[in-house]
Amino acid sequence: MNGLQLQTLLPWLVALPLLAAVATVLLQRLWLCRWLSVALSAAQLALALTVLLLLPEQSDSAARRYALGGWGAPLGIDLYIDGFAALLLATTAAVGFLLSIYSGAYFNEADKAARFWPLWWLLMVALNGIFLAADAFNIYVTLEILGLSAVALVALQGSLPALQAALRYLLVGLLGSLCYLLGVALLYRAYGTLDLAQLALQAQAEPLSWAALGLITVGLLLKTALLPLHFWLPPAHSSAPAPVSAALSGLVVKASFYLLARFWLETLDTAATAGGLQMLGALGAAAVLLGSLQAIRARRLKLLVAYSTVAQLGYLFLLFPLAAPLAAGPGIAGAALDAVAYFIIAHACAKAAMFLAAGNIQRAAGHDDIERLQGIARRLPLSLLAFGVAGASLIGLPPSGGFIAKWLLLDTAIDSGQWWWAAVAIGGGLLAAVYVFRVLNLAFAGSSSTADALRMRRLRLPKTLSVSAFALALMTVLLGFNALWVLDLLDIGAPLSYLAGETP
Amino acid sequence: MTQDLIYSVCGIALFGIGLYGLIIVPHILQKILAVNIMGVGVFMLLVAAGHNPGGVSDPVPHAMVLTGIVVAVAGTALALSLVCRIGELQRDGADEEAAP
Repeated sequence: MNGLQLQTLLPWLVALPLLAAVATVLLQRLWLCRWLSVALSAAQLALALTVLLLLPEQSDSAARRYALGGWGAPLGIDLYIDGFAALLLATTAAVGFLLSIYSGAYFNEADKAARFWPLWWLLMVALNGIFLAADAFNIYVTLEILGLSAVALVALQGSLPALQAALRYLLVGLLGSLCYLLGVALLYRAYGTLDLAQLALQAQAEPLSWAALGLITVGLLLKTALLPLHFWLPPAHSSAPAPVSAALSGLVVKASFYLLARFWLETLDTAATAGGLQMLGALGAAAVLLGSLQAIRARRLKLLVAYSTVAQLGYLFLLFPLAAPLAAGPGIAGAALDAVAYFIIAHACAKAAMFLAAGNIQRAAGHDDIERLQGIARRLPLSLLAFGVAGASLIGLPPSGGFIAKWLLLDTAIDSGQWWWAAVAIGGGLLAAVYVFRVLNLAFAGSSSTADALRMRRLRLPKTLSVSAFALALMTVLLGFNALWVLDLLDIGAPLSYLAGETP
Repeated sequence: MTQDLIYSVCGIALFGIGLYGLIIVPHILQKILAVNIMGVGVFMLLVAAGHNPGGVSDPVPHAMVLTGIVVAVAGTALALSLVCRIGELQRDGADEEAAP
């Protein structure tokens, strides 16, 4: 294996889903679209895993960079990969693969299925593009592809509330991207480059870069739905079709968080102030508590899962105060990133499993009113098991990916002498237990009312739907056993490379 | 210097006006227009950043603005089609209520 191979694989991670999007538009036959998509998402998974396996051999950052068309950094657009990006790419491919299988069985109306596949593949293009981006303007373009395809996927449901949620999501998304673009324009004006690595070298702590970082942060926070800016997420995520909700909550919001982490800790770290880092952490802590409380009060199952996303996103923002260069040594900053990256992966699998299970319940019962779900476990044992296992990971019970992630987070919080963030993580876990067990209690206890039971007997759920939900839940458990391997990968060209004295 | 400063300040002012409109104005079409005004503000700032008095101006911001315009058109089109569909559904709903 030589270095050339890894570089030449990178553009295929963007090109493959793009070709798939075009192919699914052109192909008229639905079954062909469906099987082609499943086959291509398997190919994407194989590609992402190959990249992940090749990565440990590439310690040199030049070998992890690909210049599109051979133009090179200042003028051309580069793709760049490190351990963090590669793990997120692999997670996206793995969750995307299972969601593709699920979607193939989920959409039974021909027109919805025909519109779903091209949009789905565009979503994959945008996600892979964001994780590989090394250019600030290219990030804007991929963010817009992500936003537009996500909005169209939410609107696929076709009902009035779904369309209204999609429109609001679109306006918020456009506002977020424009704030981001204004920040990038200021950066270009100040430093004359768009390449993230060159910006990292040139950026200084001055008013213009503070303003740019502020605008970029507000734009990306809108897209990540951190607490005061989360108002659009619950309606959009809870009214989308089940596989779309799973992808939006599991993967899409993580993409903008990934960019925030890159800008704050790598590209514009010279402009990042300690106060700003602490404030992001405080907003995250507020999101954990208030999001969980809203989830406990939610009356619809999908709305509960969506509010749970608001809460879980809050944990990710604890990265900023814990990795703050002033408060922590290099070891602690690295550990904070490990914990949060693990959190992202574990949450992606768990939340996708949860939304698929909720989608199965909604389809079988004809509604997702929590109070009327009594005894549904008898009808849908596998889906409820998936919901339970995913819930255990969200709470942080062993053995699950969520447990390892929370353990790492607690460990880092205490090591860095900021025990109050550990208290937030524990409190959030307890609140998560309340809303997960509230659903499970009702589902397993009591008998379903006769009218609902009659309805359900007539509706048979395809096996694929419950099996793929369960497979995702199983992945969260497997993540609980393979922590070390994942964490080793993260150290390759980690975003916190400034701490190791390496220029990215 | 002063010339592109004027354009930059105007661009940021347009962005602010658009932002104000997006938050304050209740009508959805006006909100979509407000987003477009914000976009124009950003584009103006970018074009000003590429201005080079007495020399050849920097082409990179122009390429960015062109891309941005394409994205803005796509976003506006999606927003308008959503508004149309929502309007249709609301009319249908009102008709059903009117005719028992």
